Amino acid sequence: MKIAVCIKQVVTRDWPLRAAESAKWVRDDDASFEMNEPDAYALEEALRLKERHGGEVVVCSAGPSRVSQVIREALARGADRAVHVASDALSTAGADTVASALAGAMRDESFDLVLTGLQSDDQGFGQTGVVLAERLGLPHATIIMEVDVAADGGSLRVKRELESGWFQWLSLPLPALLTIQSGINQLRYATLRGIMAAKRKEIRTVPMENAEARGQRILELYVPEKASATRFIDGPAPEAARELVRLLREEARVL
Amino acid sequence: MILVIAEQRDGALNPATWETLAAAQQMDAPVTVAVLGAGVQGPAGELAAADVAEVLAVEHDALEPYTPDGFSGALAQVLEQTGPELVLFPHTYQTRDYAPALAARLGRMLIPDCIGSKDRDGRRVFVRPMFQGKFVADVLPEGSAPHFASFQVGAYRADACRRAAAPAAVRAVAVEVDAAAIRQRPEAPFREAKQAVDLTQAERIVAVGRGIKGQEHLPLAQDLARALDAELAASRPICDSGWLPMDRQIGSSGQTVAPKLYLAVGISGAIQHLVGMKGARTIVAVNKDADAPIFEVADYGIVGDLFEVAPAIVAALEGS
Repeated sequence: MKIAVCIKQVVTRDWPLRAAESAKWVRDDDASFEMNEPDAYALEEALRLKERHGGEVVVCSAGPSRVSQVIREALARGADRAVHVASDALSTAGADTVASALAGAMRDESFDLVLTGLQSDDQGFGQTGVVLAERLGLPHATIIMEVDVAADGGSLRVKRELESGWFQWLSLPLPALLTIQSGINQLRYATLRGIMAAKRKEIRTVPMENAEARGQRILELYVPEKASATRFIDGPAPEAARELVRLLREEARVL
Repeated sequence: MILVIAEQRDGALNPATWETLAAAQQMDAPVTVAVLGAGVQGPAGELAAADVAEVLAVEHDALEPYTPDGFSGALAQVLEQTGPELVLFPHTYQTRDYAPALAARLGRMLIPDCIGSKDRDGRRVFVRPMFQGKFVADVLPEGSAPHFASFQVGAYRADACRRAAAPAAVRAVAVEVDAAAIRQRPEAPFREAKQAVDLTQAERIVAVGRGIKGQEHLPLAQDLARALDAELAASRPICDSGWLPMDRQIGSSGQTVAPKLYLAVGISGAIQHLVGMKGARTIVAVNKDADAPIFEVADYGIVGDLFEVAPAIVAALEGS
C-alpha cells in the first residue's frame, strides 16, 4: 500500500508566543518548531499500516525551508521518503492554500491512502485533510480512531469518533483520505539507527505555484479579552493554597 | 440572505443549531434555516418556531444516514437554488466532516470554530481562536459570496435565539442525490460498552493536564482529588498518552461536566477542553503560564508550579 502522510511544522507548544508588530501573525522568527502533534499520530498510523500490509510511507509537507526539520524527524521514525512543497508564502498560509499546494505535488503519485492529523496546533482550521480529499477527488472520513484494511486491499473499514463518547464504523473504497484522531495509537520515537538512515532518504522538493492566500485573510491577531474576572491568588505556594481553601469554603462554598 | 444549516439525528435537533441561529439573528440580514435528511418534517416544524424568514426542508432518502458525500452534494444544490450570501453551521464533528469539502467545491473556504462575528470598518469579520486559544483573530472572508463560517458550540446561547409570534413557512427543497455515488457506507452509531466512570455526576473534579509532565507524577493529582473528595479527570493528551483511561477525559471528545468545583492543574485550556467544563459552578486553575486560556474561564487562579501548589493545597485542606 502506498501511503502518504501530511505533516505540518508548528511553533513548539510551550513557546511563549507574542503577537507580531504587524498584528497579523505571531512573532516566530526566533521560535523553536516541532511536528504538529496530531500529525505525529497520523504518521504512526501510517507506519503501523505499512508494517501490517507492506508498501511505503511518503511524508508530504508544505512550508518554508525550515520544514525540513520535521520531514527529517518523520523519516527518522520510519517513513521511506518525502515530498516538500517549498515556499516562504506557506508559513502563514490557511488550510485552502496548504491543501492546494499539497494536492499539486501529490496528484501524480497516485497514493492508495492519504492520512493527515485532525487539525493543526497553530491555526487549527481542521480542514486541510478534507479540502485535500476534495482536490484529489478522494472519498474521505474524519476523526478516525481505528483503521482496518479489507482482505482484498480494495477498501477500508474505519472507526470514526462522534461527540460525547459515541462512535461509528464506516466503509469506504480505496484510494481514500482519513484524518486521524490523536490518541489512536502510542507514538514511537526515532532510534539512533533511524536518524542515521534518514540522512540517506530522498526528499523531493517541489516549488509552489500560485502561493497567494485564498478564502480568508487575518485582519488582526490579538490576545483574547477575558470573559470572567479571575481572582488571582498571589504569594508563596503554602500561603496561596491556604487562601484558596479559605475562599472555596467561605466565598464559593464548594467545600 | 443568511442560510443556517441545522443539524439533526433521528429527528432530534442538535441544540447547537439554536446557538447558530442566535448568531445569525444578530447579523443584519434575513435568516433562513435548512434541515437535511430523510423524514425531517419534525425538526423542520420545530425550527419554524424561530424568528426566521423560512425553513427549508431538504428531504431525500439518500441523506439518511448522514454521509459527507451525500450532504455536500445536496447542499451545493440548495445553495445554487437559494443563493445565500453567508452559510453558517454549528461547529460540530459533522460540520467538520463535510462543510470544508462543500466550501472547497465552490472555490471558497470555511472559516471554522468562530466565537463571534462583528462589523469592522463596514465589513463583516469572524472572530476565531488561534494557537490553541492563546490568541483570537478577526478574519475576513475573501472572494465573492457565498461565504462559509461555523460557530463553536457554546459561543452563543441557545435561548438567545428569537422566537416568532407565528411559525415560519416550511418549504420543501428538492435535491437529486445518487445513492450509488455516495462513497462512504456508515454503520449505526454506538457507545463504547465500558464507560466505567460517570463524571457527570461528580460534585467535585480535579482535572490534570500536560503540566503534570509524566505518568509518575499522577499521584500528586490523585492526592489532591482524595483531599477534596473529588473525582480525578484529565484533558485529552493525558488519555492519549495512556496515563489515565479514556473514560476520565473531559472535553468535546470526552465527557461534559458541570460540577460544583472544577480544579484544573497543569491544563492550558484548549477550546476542546473548555467546552467540556466551562459549565462548572466554580473553576479553579493552577498553571505556570499566566496567559493560559484556562484563566479566561477560571474564578480563582494560582499562577505557579503545580508541583509546589498541589501539595500545598493538600496540606492546607488537611491542616484544618
